[in-house]
Amino acid sequence: MKIGQIYAYTGGKAFDLAKPTVVFIHGVLNDHSVWILQSRYLAHHGWNVLAIDLPGHCRSGGEPPGSVEEASQAIVGLLDAAGVQQAALVGHSFGSLIALETAAWAPERVSHLALVGTAFPMRVSPALLESSVSAPMKAIDMVNTFSHSMLAPPPSALGPGTWLYGGSRALMRRVLASNPKVNVFHTGFKACDSYAGGEAAMDKVQCPTLFVLGSADQMTPPKAAQSLVARAHNAKAVQLPAGHSLMTEAPDGVLHALKDFLGA
Amino acid sequence: MPGYSDPGFDTLALHAGAAPDPSTGARAVPLHLSTSFVFESSDQAAALFNLERAGHVYSRISNPTTAVLEQRVAALEGGIGAIATASGQAALHLAVATLMGAGAHIVASTALYGGSQNLLHYTLRRFGIETTFVKPGDIDGWRAAIRPNTRLLFGETVGNPGLDVLDIPTVSQIAHEAGVPLLVDSTLTSPWLIKPFDHGADLVYHSATKFLSGHGTVIGGVLVDGGSFDWEKSGRFPELTAGYEGFHDMVFSEESTVGAFLLRARREGLRDFGACLSPHSAWLILQGIETLPLRMARHMDNTVKVVEFLASHPLVSRVGHPLLESHPSHALAQQLLPRGAGSVFSFDIVGSRAQGKAFIEALKVFSHLANVGDAKSLVIHPASTTHFRMSDEALAQAGIGPGTIRLSIGLEDPADLIDDLKKALKSAEKAAEKAA
Repeated sequence: MKIGQIYAYTGGKAFDLAKPTVVFIHGVLNDHSVWILQSRYLAHHGWNVLAIDLPGHCRSGGEPPGSVEEASQAIVGLLDAAGVQQAALVGHSFGSLIALETAAWAPERVSHLALVGTAFPMRVSPALLESSVSAPMKAIDMVNTFSHSMLAPPPSALGPGTWLYGGSRALMRRVLASNPKVNVFHTGFKACDSYAGGEAAMDKVQCPTLFVLGSADQMTPPKAAQSLVARAHNAKAVQLPAGHSLMTEAPDGVLHALKDFLGA
Repeated sequence: MPGYSDPGFDTLALHAGAAPDPSTGARAVPLHLSTSFVFESSDQAAALFNLERAGHVYSRISNPTTAVLEQRVAALEGGIGAIATASGQAALHLAVATLMGAGAHIVASTALYGGSQNLLHYTLRRFGIETTFVKPGDIDGWRAAIRPNTRLLFGETVGNPGLDVLDIPTVSQIAHEAGVPLLVDSTLTSPWLIKPFDHGADLVYHSATKFLSGHGTVIGGVLVDGGSFDWEKSGRFPELTAGYEGFHDMVFSEESTVGAFLLRARREGLRDFGACLSPHSAWLILQGIETLPLRMARHMDNTVKVVEFLASHPLVSRVGHPLLESHPSHALAQQLLPRGAGSVFSFDIVGSRAQGKAFIEALKVFSHLANVGDAKSLVIHPASTTHFRMSDEALAQAGIGPGTIRLSIGLEDPADLIDDLKKALKSAEKAAEKAA
């Protein structure tokens, strides 16, 4: 469904205001489809699912957010447009920072905060930032390599027979091509790199927080999330045997963590 | 950055999709000969059926051993995933049946395996799908043959048995300009010689019976999706972009931005047509793939030696391998297939059909049979066997003459292969003397 300019996958079920809502927010060069298994499950287990494409990405219109703060405003705008007073937010990587910032500045709108593959600060090397502009295909291959940790992943988003390295690379290429005006690769990485408000935001969060971290994550290693974990008031941290692409490398682990956290 | 996180081809051929079994420690890929898999709970059962969770339910749809093969071939091709099928022909049918129905149209190369030509020219026509055949090198012909109802362009990396190299970059560009994907049969080259996705192809399939398996023990196929074709942008594929009544109105392109094709092919094609691969066959093919890089290198070394021998023999009028400058695809092969254009090729003997027969019957190391891509060297007479249903005109279009002999060069000592061919050519010469 489209809510304003934002596209949201609803997990195969019609949106129903009577149900609790969970918003899934993807990371750089991803879209809603990275959450397919978890979002589809929750949609069929009593939840409204809004797995969005960020503005300016794939099916969503508008300008891609230039900062985490700007993106969090888009999330509040999405909730307003959908008539949702309060929602659980689940974010991955860049999306986790957006979810955190939203929970800090609109605490009354967020019932649960789940940060998957997160870190603060979320620094991006100057070389990678530069190559996201000058050699984006090469940079995609580099990010893809750093985002995966296993050559024998379990059955995943497309079911058995999925080759995650290939799927992730194809998706990143597709998302980059989806916006011919703005390099969403560079814009997203820059927003992650320049976000300075993580710890201050964590201090303001009032709802329960779940950290889902990959023990083999090379992009956002678990130790890089510890400053946030230490500041969270009501938090639980789960480590899964996976790399940065947790939702596809450990789809059941992520689902179980979310189910427990949301009480689904 | 080479290493475990970014493995090379040879490492993927051994490790992609498989790790030591966590429950037993088995290092080899376990063979799961089980039709079905126990559910953890009723909730998990329902979630598996509804694509809310991923896992194995029933071996017609997926199987743990078969899934290793699918991941491995997808990894070697650089694809997003794969579906193993009962044969290469089943893989071709699965691709076609997923993308179109009655009223659709295909543009295909004339230089196809005889079985593929039969499927397109005769069988699919009965189901309302028409095919226009175009010579693989006729670039304008590909463009001109596309109609509003065209759903697929299709060719072989190297045509069987003339080895016309498909200009994948150019033909894929023509396909994409028309909003249509390019499907490539890469059986004769294997991903060791060419990865069609790197050159613009959208879907690739193999008869895994041939080089992937390599041992002549098993029939199987694999269909791989490169994940690059934008089905929504094309607007020609409601099968993937509109609600599918057969699966709760699922819109496959919404479920997966890059994997819509594989989702429907497995959920509809394997479910309903049922041409799945036996896990035992998948296991055998995996044994072959482990040595694919080593075998392909030896296939190509031996081929170079045999081609050189035949090209200089007085009783041979033509050798159809792009290694030779005389071959029409020589330059294209240098560009797209720098490691070689395969080890299956044809040649013509000077003289009569009787001489051709004498040649084949005199061979001792080469086996006379209908297969290619075996570790053992093989020989056949296409006009009377693999391509016998084709008219003379269609045969000529495929580059096959009445006296054409097809060889599949194996892994034997090259000197033994050349000696066998030398003696058989001598027998053919004697057959001509007797006739005189």
